[in-house]
Amino acid sequence: MNQTKRKRRNQKLAFGIVSMLTYLIVLILILMLVFIIVRGIGVISWEFLSTAPTDGMTGGGILPAIIGTLYLIIGSAAFAFPIGIMSGIYMNEYAPKGKLVRLIRMMTNNLSGIPSIVFGLFGMALFVNKLGFGDSILAGSLTLGILSLPIVIRTTEEALKAIPDSFREGSYALGATKLQTIGKVTLPMALPNITTGLILSIGRVSGETAPILFTCAAYFLPQLPDSVLDQCMALPYHLYVLATSGTNLELQRPIAYGTALVLISIVLIVNIAATLIRKYFANKVKMN
Amino acid sequence: MKRFIEKIIQGMLTVSGFVTSIVILLIVLFLFTEGAGLFSKPKVEDGYEIVLNKKNDINTLSAEQIKDMFDDKITNWNEVGGKNQDIVLFRLNDITNYFAEEELGEQLEHVPAKISELISQHEEIIGFIPQEYIKNDFAGKRLDMGNIKFKDVFFGKEWIPTATPISFFGILPLITGTLWVSLVAILIALPFGVAAAIYLAEIANHKIRDILKPVIELLSGIPSVVYGFFGLIVIVPLVQNIFHLPVGETGLTGSIVLAIMALPTIITVSEDAMRNCPRSMREASLALGGSKWQTIFKIVIPYSASGITSAIVLGIGRAVGETMAVLMVTGNSAIIATGILQPLRTIPATIAAELGEAPDGGVHYQALFLLGIILFLITQIINSSVEYVSAKNKL
Repeated sequence: MNQTKRKRRNQKLAFGIVSMLTYLIVLILILMLVFIIVRGIGVISWEFLSTAPTDGMTGGGILPAIIGTLYLIIGSAAFAFPIGIMSGIYMNEYAPKGKLVRLIRMMTNNLSGIPSIVFGLFGMALFVNKLGFGDSILAGSLTLGILSLPIVIRTTEEALKAIPDSFREGSYALGATKLQTIGKVTLPMALPNITTGLILSIGRVSGETAPILFTCAAYFLPQLPDSVLDQCMALPYHLYVLATSGTNLELQRPIAYGTALVLISIVLIVNIAATLIRKYFANKVKMN
Repeated sequence: MKRFIEKIIQGMLTVSGFVTSIVILLIVLFLFTEGAGLFSKPKVEDGYEIVLNKKNDINTLSAEQIKDMFDDKITNWNEVGGKNQDIVLFRLNDITNYFAEEELGEQLEHVPAKISELISQHEEIIGFIPQEYIKNDFAGKRLDMGNIKFKDVFFGKEWIPTATPISFFGILPLITGTLWVSLVAILIALPFGVAAAIYLAEIANHKIRDILKPVIELLSGIPSVVYGFFGLIVIVPLVQNIFHLPVGETGLTGSIVLAIMALPTIITVSEDAMRNCPRSMREASLALGGSKWQTIFKIVIPYSASGITSAIVLGIGRAVGETMAVLMVTGNSAIIATGILQPLRTIPATIAAELGEAPDGGVHYQALFLLGIILFLITQIINSSVEYVSAKNKL
C-alpha cells in the first residue's frame, strides 16, 4: 500500500516537473513574441511600411528592405522550387530503390545540415566572384535557393511517398505512361503537402541573414533596385544593422522593433498558412 | 514524338535528382580552392620583408618575437639572444626622420638606396619594408620568415588577422569559443528538450499535442536575427545584472540564446525516438505493475537513448553553425576563453564579422575560408555520424 502511494507520488512529481519544463518553453516563446509585438506595434504604420529610411536610418520606414526580401523570396523560389520538386519526383518515382536513393537522401540531409554562413561563403566564391554577378539580387537568390533546396526536395519526396501505389497502378492499367501518371495523378494528389513545404521554405528564406551578408545585402539604399544585378536591402540584415552597428542606437531602437515585428509576422503568417492548408486538405481527404 | 519528350523530361528529372550531390561537391571544391591557398602565403604581410643589419648575429626570429618588437614589448636584442643593444624599429614612413625630402628624390627614386644605406649603418635596426624598395644591391640581411604553416593555424593561440607586420591566424581561440558556447547551450537545452519530448510523446493528450507541436515548429521558424535582437535587448542586461559583470555580452548569453534555438531540433528528434518504442514493451512494464512514470523512465528513455543522443549531437551541430544570433550577443573577443562568463567569439561569427573587410583573395580572406572548411567538416561529421547510428539502429 505504502509502495503504491510512493509510486503515485513519484509519478505526480515527475509529471509535474516534465510538464512545467515544457510549458516554460512555451512561456519563453510567448514572452519573446509579446515583447516584440508590444514594442513594435506602435511603430508600424502605413508610412513605416511604405517609405524608405531617412536621416541615417534614424527615421522613415523600411520599404526597400521589404521589397528586397520579396525579390529574394521570388528569386530563390524561381530557382529552388522547380529543381527541388523535380529532384523529389526523381527520388520517389524514378530512382532505383536501394543504395542510390539512400546516397541521394544522405546528400540532401548533409546539405541541410550545412551552416548558413558556409552557404554565404560558397555563394560569395561561386556567384559573386567566379561567375562575376557581384553583390546582387541574383547572387543572393541563388545562394538562398540552394539553402532551401533540401526542404523542397524532402517535402516533395514525403508527399509523393504518402500516395498509395494503387493510384499509380490504376493509372497504368488505363494505359497511361509513367510521366502521364505523375502529371495527372500523383503530383496533383501530392500538391497540398508539397505546397505546405514550399510555404515553409519561404519562411526560412525570408529570415536568413548569413547567406546574403556577402552576396547581396546592402547596408542602405535610398532607391529600389532596378535589375537583378543590383544590391538590395533585406529585412533580416536591416534588423541586424539597426541592432548592432547604427549611428544612433536610441533613435534606431523603435525602428528595429518595427522591423523585428514585420519579420516575425511573415514567419507567423507563413506557419499559419501552412497549417491551414494542411488541415484543409486533410479534412477533404477524410470526407472523400 | 511523345516518347521523345517523355525521355527528355525523364532526363531532366534524373539530373535534378543529383542536384544536392552536385552542390555539395561544388561547395567542397570552392571552399578548398579558396581556403587552401593560405598555406602558400608568406607569414609577413604580403609584399613586405623584414630586414636586419648584416652585423646582427640573429638569423631567425619567430613571428611572436617580431610582433612583440613592433609592439615595443621586446626592446633589446639580448631578449631574443642577440647583443645587448636597444632595438631600433624602422617602418617606411620613418624614413623622413633620417633623410630630408630632397635626398629621397622628387619621384622617391633614391628611396631604395637610402634604405639600404640606413640599414647597413645601424647595427641595432630592424626594418619592415615593401619588397619594391629592396633592390639587388641591398646591403642588409633579409630575414626569411617562410610561409604560414599548418601548425601556426591549428595550434596558434592568437587570432589577429589584420596586424602589421605579421598577422596571426591561430584558430584555437575560435575553436574554444565555439565549443564553450555550443556545449553550454546543449547543457541548458537538454533538460527542457527531453522533458518536452517526454511530455509530447507520453503524457500530453491529442488536443494539447496539436497545440504544442505548431508552437515548437514556430520556435524553429523564427529568424536567427530576431533571436539575436531579443538576446541583445533582454538576455544581455539580464546576464550582466545577475552575475555583476562589466558587460553582458558573454559566452553564457550566447549559450542561452542558442539553447532556445536548439530546442526544436532536440524535442523533435527525441520525441520521434520515444514514439518508436514498441507498444509491447510498455505494456509488459505496465503489466508487471510499473507506473506510467516508471515505464517512461525505465523502459522508454533507455530504449530511445540512441535517439536522444542523436538529438543532442544534432543540437550541437545546429549550435556550432549558428551565426547571426551568436554574433550579436557573445561580445566577439578573440582570446582563448577560460570561462563561460567571458566575451568570446565563435567560428561562424568570425567569418560573418570579418569577411566584409577582408580583400578578395588576400591572406585574411583565405583564412576565413579555411574557417568555413573547418565548420563544414564539423557539421558533416556530426550529420554523417548521426545518420550512421540511426541507420544501424533500424537494422
